[in-house]
Amino acid sequence: MNGFDWNAARDALPLVLEGFRVTLLATVLGTLVAAVLGLAVAVAGRAPSRFVTVPVRIVTEFIRSTPLLVQLVGAAALFTSVEPLTIGIAVLGVHYAAYTAEVYRAGIDGVPKGQWEACRALSLTPRRTWQAVILPQAVRNVLPALGNYAISMFKETPFLAVITVQEMVFEARKYGADHFAYTEAFTLAGLVFLVASYPTSLLMRKLEKRLGH
Amino acid sequence: MSDFLSAFVDDLPQLRSGLWVTLQATVLGALLALLLSFVLGLMSVSRLLVTRGVSRVVVEFFRGTSLYIQLFWLYYAMPPLTGYELTPLLCGVVAFGLNYGAYGSEVVRGAISSVPRAQYEAAVALNMTPLYRMRKVIIPQAWVQMIPSFTNLLIQLLKCTPLLWLISAADLMTVIQQLRDRTGETLTAYLTLLVAYFVLAYALTLLMNLLERSAKRRLGLPTGAGSLLRSRSATEAVASAAGGAR
Repeated sequence: MNGFDWNAARDALPLVLEGFRVTLLATVLGTLVAAVLGLAVAVAGRAPSRFVTVPVRIVTEFIRSTPLLVQLVGAAALFTSVEPLTIGIAVLGVHYAAYTAEVYRAGIDGVPKGQWEACRALSLTPRRTWQAVILPQAVRNVLPALGNYAISMFKETPFLAVITVQEMVFEARKYGADHFAYTEAFTLAGLVFLVASYPTSLLMRKLEKRLGH
Repeated sequence: MSDFLSAFVDDLPQLRSGLWVTLQATVLGALLALLLSFVLGLMSVSRLLVTRGVSRVVVEFFRGTSLYIQLFWLYYAMPPLTGYELTPLLCGVVAFGLNYGAYGSEVVRGAISSVPRAQYEAAVALNMTPLYRMRKVIIPQAWVQMIPSFTNLLIQLLKCTPLLWLISAADLMTVIQQLRDRTGETLTAYLTLLVAYFVLAYALTLLMNLLERSAKRRLGLPTGAGSLLRSRSATEAVASAAGGAR
């Protein structure tokens, strides 16, 4: 029963904020990977051949249904020579790509059928059809959902601490262990998450309203 | 590979107890989350500003601070602060329940407000009390709409249970990690673990499909036989993303 030590909290703040930079970096890069890979998976999922669509569907379903933590720890144990942060970003990106692919898919399905027919009537190549007609309309609709996944990825970056990426929770835990001040360090880390994620969610909600969802 | 297999067979009792811990954390956490979802969700459609406000603050707090931190806070930070110590499994149940309860309350709120306005009006016209109206008219209709989103949340909760390994509860992940350390079969061990979680997730999805079917039947809605085996669909994943329900 030693209560909350404000001095320890003040002491831990610089370390936690230092870790926060790594947290942000992992979130931004992970989101980029997820956004690009997810789009590729969604387009592949609409390929004309079943030999492409069925495996894509199985793999994404498998990734979505299994824990991120196991994927992370497993990848880190298999690729011991790769830097933890790189593994973390790759696994986060691949995991979330399985989700964003579904988002893109819904966005693509949302493009009116007439647009596809018009492209065929104009005898555009498949590449032109995607590039100039379908994707610009689909991507605009899925932006809010992608943003929401970025926020949830942000809240899952603490998992990276397990594979020794020195992000915020890693630093908080280290400080806690060194100074017997887990209470202060974890409370601080939680508050930083709240302060960073709440305004972002508000912003995303506004964006959703503006785009008419 | 054969090393792993024989160790796997030798360790069956431990594996079973690990699976049991994982299942307990999932089911108890989900029950707590369900309870909180309804309490917070119903509070958020209340006419009183204070009730709505309290629910809003609680929900935003638990959604905003990351499950990981909540779990660690309960395990590491609460004992020195309050003098109470929870067992690792209980820490997991409480953290999962609070976190997913906050997400679930949004599901409840959304489903209740999507019940057609005319249903409220009809219930009022029939002179039903507010409680009776909720219980007999609004909730049964909203419930059908909640189930797909709840299924998603349940699977996400299941996927968070490996966190128990970090606070030294002997869950499925802990046991299989020990197996891996003993046999050195990294790839086999983690693939086994992933497949185990996949099977659990699919089994839970099938159970929820059954639940959805019976809820639909009670309302006299059509229930296709194919709906039983289907996995979680794209539109639901998107809907839950849009609601921020993760």
